[in-house]
Amino acid sequence: MAQVIKKATRESFGMALCELAKTNKDIIVFDADLAAATKTGIFKKEFPERFFDCGIAEGNMVGVAAGMAAAGKIPVAASFAMFATGRAFEQIRNSVAYPHLNVKIAGSHAGISTGEDGATHQCLEDIGIMRTIPGMVILNPADHYEMMAATKAAIEYNGPVYIRLGRLAIDSFNDPDTYTFELGKGITLHEGNDVAVIATGLVVNEALKAVKELEAEGINARLINIHTIKPIDREIIAKAAKETGRIITIEEHNVIGGLGEAVCDVVSAECPVKVTKIGVNDRFGYSGPALELLDKFGLTQPHIAKVIRDVVKEGK
Amino acid sequence: MDSSEIKQLQILAAKSRMGAILGTYHAKSGHPGGSLSAADIFTYLYFKEMNVDPKNPDMQDRDRFVLSKGHCCPALYATLALKGFFEWDELTKLRHVGAMLQGHPDMKGTPGIDMSTGSLGQGISAACGMALAAKLDNKSYRTYTVLGDGEVEEGQVWEAAMFASHNKLDNLVVIVDQNGLQIDGTVEEVAGIEPLDKKFESFGFEVIKIDGHDFNQIESALEKAKTVKGKPTAILAKTIKGKGVSFMENQVGWHGTAPNKEQYEQATAELQAEIDRLEGNC
Repeated sequence: MAQVIKKATRESFGMALCELAKTNKDIIVFDADLAAATKTGIFKKEFPERFFDCGIAEGNMVGVAAGMAAAGKIPVAASFAMFATGRAFEQIRNSVAYPHLNVKIAGSHAGISTGEDGATHQCLEDIGIMRTIPGMVILNPADHYEMMAATKAAIEYNGPVYIRLGRLAIDSFNDPDTYTFELGKGITLHEGNDVAVIATGLVVNEALKAVKELEAEGINARLINIHTIKPIDREIIAKAAKETGRIITIEEHNVIGGLGEAVCDVVSAECPVKVTKIGVNDRFGYSGPALELLDKFGLTQPHIAKVIRDVVKEGK
Repeated sequence: MDSSEIKQLQILAAKSRMGAILGTYHAKSGHPGGSLSAADIFTYLYFKEMNVDPKNPDMQDRDRFVLSKGHCCPALYATLALKGFFEWDELTKLRHVGAMLQGHPDMKGTPGIDMSTGSLGQGISAACGMALAAKLDNKSYRTYTVLGDGEVEEGQVWEAAMFASHNKLDNLVVIVDQNGLQIDGTVEEVAGIEPLDKKFESFGFEVIKIDGHDFNQIESALEKAKTVKGKPTAILAKTIKGKGVSFMENQVGWHGTAPNKEQYEQATAELQAEIDRLEGNC
């Protein structure tokens, strides 16, 4: 097992961009006065001639990126998830996605773990907003290694991609020697047939710890990491529904519009089973340290373990 | 330009107006008013100014055009058809199910359209991106974008204006089709955008004011823009909404209303008479 790296995925993203830009001269990075926070500043330092700060004007940033893509470049436009997908929603929809331009939108500080900045900056809707746009690929990597690989895949894919970045430094759990990223393919992290736990992003590692904890109690939960929310891996979800009969979804996002609903879409069509959604229950967040908030909102190992226990006890 | 060259452009512009009327008549919808006001600008750009090849619409180093006021595409489509990007007959299918010509420009479906537009305020940003890409690649192609004067009420226009001057995009020309009318009334009544020249100047633009129906003035403005270094150019083109069709001129109601059969015939007759007059004088 590789060394555990404790790093925020925003930082891994900045590192990956730098790495990729060494050989790919078409990568151009835009930010909206948040380069130090989104970590595109890492790119800016190494490739200042290919970095453009657009100022606090996200709509224009996305439009400029669209024009750049139309001229053959691979633009990456970064801001906080809230402003990238919220403020610039319509620019993403009409200037980027409608013509299917090769623009990568990076939304940092996604989720409740944004912490102290509070509700205005804790974006819990970005996945839902982006899911409604035809042809939009949505990536939500769960640790350092996955973010490095996902960023590479996003750049290599020709079309619009939204990639979700977190602020909080988190432990890696993937092994870079064996890890492979395939766009649109979920990854089974733990085998089991008592229940299927389907998680995405920052909470995957919490779910993994919970599933391992329950193994000692004789509960065998299957854990699936969905790093690509759109297009979603229908096959792995339908198979899990058939083989386990019960699904729990976990996400650091509103339970409306996110992974839970995407999973429900699949199982309701392919193999209807009961789905329990863990996420933020259609409410706004509030200020506080990230780890405390994750605990308050039930997104940490003990809370997840309890839900799994209850679901298994309840039966199919 | 000599007088015969100007006449040729005037004939092409009148034909472009005919195409806009033809298209909106067959579509039973669309935006004739702002199409007619911008027809001379489109004509000059595609027949005199821009380096484009209708046989190779995606030519790498072509000049770019973004119709930021995307709803005025009927006249742009007609100009593109006249230039040879596609058949004139396509105009009769404008806005129909399965047609190539969409209600607003679609870069993926229509040869010669460099950017999908229609949501006001967005085209100018894309034009900035194209101009910046040319700078990064040391390419000499230029980017042109046409905005409506109602459109400049969008905040994004000014975000883009700041971006363009901050990045010294002297290869970008922003043309505002100042026909003075928008859906809800005159621009002055609805929002009051003046003094527009001072606004663009204070945002770092070279500003040139012209009569947008005078080809000599269009030419000299675009030629002057090529000599401006280190900043973008804004050409404020005073125009008449509905220009060339007597009953549409300066009528706010013709912003987004299609002509009926009788109106179509009258408009076409007026434009044909203008073409005959010009051709007779050639």
